[in-house]
Amino acid sequence: MIASAERRRLAGQGLTLAGLLLLACLASLLWGAGDVGAERALAVLAGHGDEEARFVVGTLRGSRTLVGLAVGMALGVAGALLQAVSRNPLAEPGLLGVSAGAAFAVAIALLLGTSAATLRVGVAQLGALLGCLCVLGVARFRGLGNDPVRLVLAGAAFTGLLSALTTLLLLFDQRAADEIRFWVVGSLSGRRLEDLLAVLPSLAVAAAITLVIARPLAALALGERLAAGLGHHPGRVRLLVILVVALLVGGATAIAGPIAFVGLVVPFAARALAGPDIRRSLWLCLLLGPLMVIIADVISRRLVAPSELPLGVLTALCGAPVLIAVVRRRRLPML
Amino acid sequence: MNVAACSLEARELTLAHDRTPVVVDLDVRLPAGQVTAIVGPNGCGKSTLLAGLARLHSPQSGHVLLDGNDIVRLPARELARRLALLPQEARAPEGLTVAELIGFGRQPHQSWLRQWSAEDRRVVDEALAAADLHALADRPLESLSGGQRQRAWIAMIIAQQTSLLLLDEPTSALDLGHQLEVFELVRHLADEGRTLAMVLHDLPIACRYADHLVAMREGRVVAAGPPGEVVTRELVRELYGVDCVLMHDPQSGAPILTGLRRIR
Repeated sequence: MIASAERRRLAGQGLTLAGLLLLACLASLLWGAGDVGAERALAVLAGHGDEEARFVVGTLRGSRTLVGLAVGMALGVAGALLQAVSRNPLAEPGLLGVSAGAAFAVAIALLLGTSAATLRVGVAQLGALLGCLCVLGVARFRGLGNDPVRLVLAGAAFTGLLSALTTLLLLFDQRAADEIRFWVVGSLSGRRLEDLLAVLPSLAVAAAITLVIARPLAALALGERLAAGLGHHPGRVRLLVILVVALLVGGATAIAGPIAFVGLVVPFAARALAGPDIRRSLWLCLLLGPLMVIIADVISRRLVAPSELPLGVLTALCGAPVLIAVVRRRRLPML
Repeated sequence: MNVAACSLEARELTLAHDRTPVVVDLDVRLPAGQVTAIVGPNGCGKSTLLAGLARLHSPQSGHVLLDGNDIVRLPARELARRLALLPQEARAPEGLTVAELIGFGRQPHQSWLRQWSAEDRRVVDEALAAADLHALADRPLESLSGGQRQRAWIAMIIAQQTSLLLLDEPTSALDLGHQLEVFELVRHLADEGRTLAMVLHDLPIACRYADHLVAMREGRVVAAGPPGEVVTRELVRELYGVDCVLMHDPQSGAPILTGLRRIR
């Protein structure tokens, strides 16, 4: 199905993106929190360097970069899956209230006094799952192929509602409010390796399921009946996708807070590069997602140094124009 | 292509939408190696019957037998290797090329361990040749004419390598020239030994291109057989409430309807 020239082109894109991602990770290690300049950081990477620099680069920035990688991959892939299963180019976990559902669930958990990292991951994933089901239920999932904007409207309403409820919760408990406020803007700042380790198992499960459902999901792009005619079970695939999206978005949100638009921009770019078949664009999402998150994170540290912009603000600044561009196109691209 | 003859029949089949029976206690057989057209007025249940034959619609009662075995018991992939369906609302994502689309037809033959293979490529090539689409293989679907696009969809189910092909109104949105383009391909597939069934809403076209006609009304078969034998003035009146004069095509002998007049 894929001609060899096409295969080479894809490999070229993959390698280029991997190179860019490597550069972004390097930048993320060189600049950032802590009073360690690029030169001292480079010395650490070269294998020497002083104790303080080693701590800042290895522990603080290193784990932050790893968290960025994981969050970017999770959000990019989740966006691509959600768009494929709803056949809607605007389906984005942040816009659809999946992130908001996760955030609301975590806010409740924090209010109730939990702080164990693993528990928070589970709670966020449950919230994401409920958010997913609510929005898709409200917007009546199946018939939406022809009206992508309606799904986004339902998601916006749901996100608004949940954000309001989250804010309301903050009024009850000032102590929890500080912790939540720090988390609810969406940021990689101060995230530790333990946070990442807590979500890694569920991300691995999500990856495994994704590998299994990629083929039927690609067929689902041709229509439900056609996919069934090819020997797939569309209902089963759809449920699995929702489960995977909840695992990914819940996991990412548990570490970094709600970060919008990554799941919109990344699959959009991946499709532009790799074409409409999700089996190909997913691989690019794995690279493009962390690329966007890490670049945005580096910029967020540098732009108003020594203080930081929240990452969620920056991704929204990059993402909103893309959303507007997609919606403004005379005809929405069909998935 | 190696296509073994195979038979598909419905026995006392009842299909329902939300408990409202749409196909009622229906018996039908698709003659092997022939083109069957299922015709009838709007809402007579012909598309539902086709979906039922492809197991997209589970029967309320009765059976669909593929070579004597109830299709309900066949695993989905096994069924997809023996029976292919082109639904009416088939729509491809933007940018998908003809060859990529046809590649999807290979999915029932692929698995986790057996990904894209040289055999798949060969079959896609054959399907491109059968549908006369080699020159357009790398073109995105949306850049094709309606007839070419429909041929590409049919080529996709050709690549499924099934001996049974079911098409739901394959020509409904096409102009006359493009319709003929599709029917010629259908004819060619039947001549190679495949069994085809298609839902059509155009009776004269069905008479011209089908070997076997199944006429339905209100969920039941009112006539079945070669068009030249079953199409009568009375049948047309019963199906559509239309009076007509029946003639015969001097070339093919197929029935032609003229002097159509609606009966009040």
